Amino acid sequence: MHPAFSVIFLTTLLGAGQGLYLAMVTGQLYAVARFLPVQEDQFYAIGSLVALVLLIAGLVASFFHLGRPERAWRAAAMWRTSWLSREVIVLPIVMALVFAYAVAHWMEWTTPLFQLGAALQVDSTLLLGLLGTLASLALFVCTAMIYAGVKFLQEWHTPLTVSNFIFLGAASGFMLAAAYSAYIGNPLVTFFGTWAVILTLAGLASRLAHLSRNAHLKHKSTVQTAIGVRHRVLFQKAQGATGGSFNTREFFHGQSQAVVDTVRYLYLILVFPIPMLLIGAAYVTESQSLPIAAFFAQFIGLLAERWSFFAEARHPQNLYYQSVA
Amino acid sequence: MTQLALVIDLNVCVGCHACVTSCKEWNTSGWAGPMVDQNPYDGSPTGTFFNRVQTFEVGTFPNTETVHFPKSCLHCEEPPCVPVCPTGASYKRPDNGIVLVDYDKCIGCKYCSWACPYGAREVDEQQKVMKKCTLCIDRITDAKLSERDRKPACVLACPTSARLFGDVHDADSEVSVAIRERGGYQLMPEWGTKPANHYLPRQKIRIHIDQDELTRVDNPLRREDLTDYTGEETLDDVAW
Ligand code: SF4
Ligand code: SF4
Repeated sequence: MHPAFSVIFLTTLLGAGQGLYLAMVTGQLYAVARFLPVQEDQFYAIGSLVALVLLIAGLVASFFHLGRPERAWRAAAMWRTSWLSREVIVLPIVMALVFAYAVAHWMEWTTPLFQLGAALQVDSTLLLGLLGTLASLALFVCTAMIYAGVKFLQEWHTPLTVSNFIFLGAASGFMLAAAYSAYIGNPLVTFFGTWAVILTLAGLASRLAHLSRNAHLKHKSTVQTAIGVRHRVLFQKAQGATGGSFNTREFFHGQSQAVVDTVRYLYLILVFPIPMLLIGAAYVTESQSLPIAAFFAQFIGLLAERWSFFAEARHPQNLYYQSVA
Repeated sequence: MTQLALVIDLNVCVGCHACVTSCKEWNTSGWAGPMVDQNPYDGSPTGTFFNRVQTFEVGTFPNTETVHFPKSCLHCEEPPCVPVCPTGASYKRPDNGIVLVDYDKCIGCKYCSWACPYGAREVDEQQKVMKKCTLCIDRITDAKLSERDRKPACVLACPTSARLFGDVHDADSEVSVAIRERGGYQLMPEWGTKPANHYLPRQKIRIHIDQDELTRVDNPLRREDLTDYTGEETLDDVAW
């Protein structure tokens, strides 16, 4: 498949935004449970606003993918059957909840609404945080299922696509939370950094499993089934166009195998070992800048990872576009 | 239920592209607006087509055969491209089974093209919406046309009659009979998309003649006698 930059930025920015928001809510939950010191409301408010900016940037990127962005509102119609439609519905819900969470913290609407059990004081920020967490997880599933749901793209048609999106998105968000804490000199950097490393390891396991699965993948369609001629020696001589077509532009990445391999090694290094080492080094040296570097290294790596995710997928229609003349 | 479809006879298609040009001519001048042509007279011409003719070579030289393979939307009975469309622009007509795109609703997200294993959908780079074969829906439903003309443009243009058009759910239609009696098959059956369009396979036309058929007893051309005479008495010499 051709890796479109709009979709690369859409999925990585949304992942980081959702992850950062999940990190904020996790931080608050730990504080409620008294595992962590309670933070000022501003800390959560600014963190969620940054998450909202990332979500908006992702949304803007998605418009570059559409031929007719002015009609984008129509895409909410077919949520019964289309994961794309579901994403279009869930994304604004997540954005609204993230915004509401930020506002509730900013305005310090933290008077407990009711009490659960002996000690748990539930206020509006906690309720909004839980709702937002559910919506974020739903958005991860919707985004990933857009790809995992297309059975013809066998490289994508696996639950590993969903786990990759969740773990990698969450990892980059927690990395950003660590970077944010480091930037303002908040001691939570260790907490977020630890979670970021755990999520990165989970992402590594999931992505390696995905790579090894795809390395052994057997494609269902062959040029024989594509045109229905049972002969082992079958070559295309003409594809009905000499200057290319939508079919050659949308479904081929157009790069040499060497480039594809390089990008794969690049992201395997940038997404996994480097940020973890940087976070470890930051823990030892109590550096303020290393977590920030860790986030940027991982995010650039994730852009390469998404590029690679597209380049890996081989669409069966390519069997009809093997040679020009 | 009706399911209109094409049946394409690979045995007689000569790869002349008449269906391609007549399709483009009819549909680019139709109600849905032009189908773009970019750099038509330059180095890399490209554009939107509903139908393309491809060529494949089977076997190893000198024992090769050339297969010309016209390719367009197959109007699948289980079209995977329809449920993925977020806007409902892609739909399958309940009355005749034709899969269509509503160009006024399509947002050009290209998702349906990912969900078609055959590469039958193409984005129009000018109108920025998804396009594909309509089986000339505006033509075949136009009651003002004579019965003979109420067929897709490609079918009428084909000089070898390689393209048959009809209802594959009607057991007695020309297309159903052709599929049944001449080994009609579907493309990529492994995906369960149940394409409505079928292809008729290549057939070798061979006449088998035995040696004794050439020299058979009642062959009027048979030389009655191959004996070389060297002067001995024959029947002709006998005086009766
Ligand atoms: S051939 Fe492709 S575009 Fe046409 S109905 Fe089947 S899946 Fe859809
Ligand atoms: S490109 Fe148009 S027809 Fe295809 S899925 Fe998107 S909105 Fe639907």
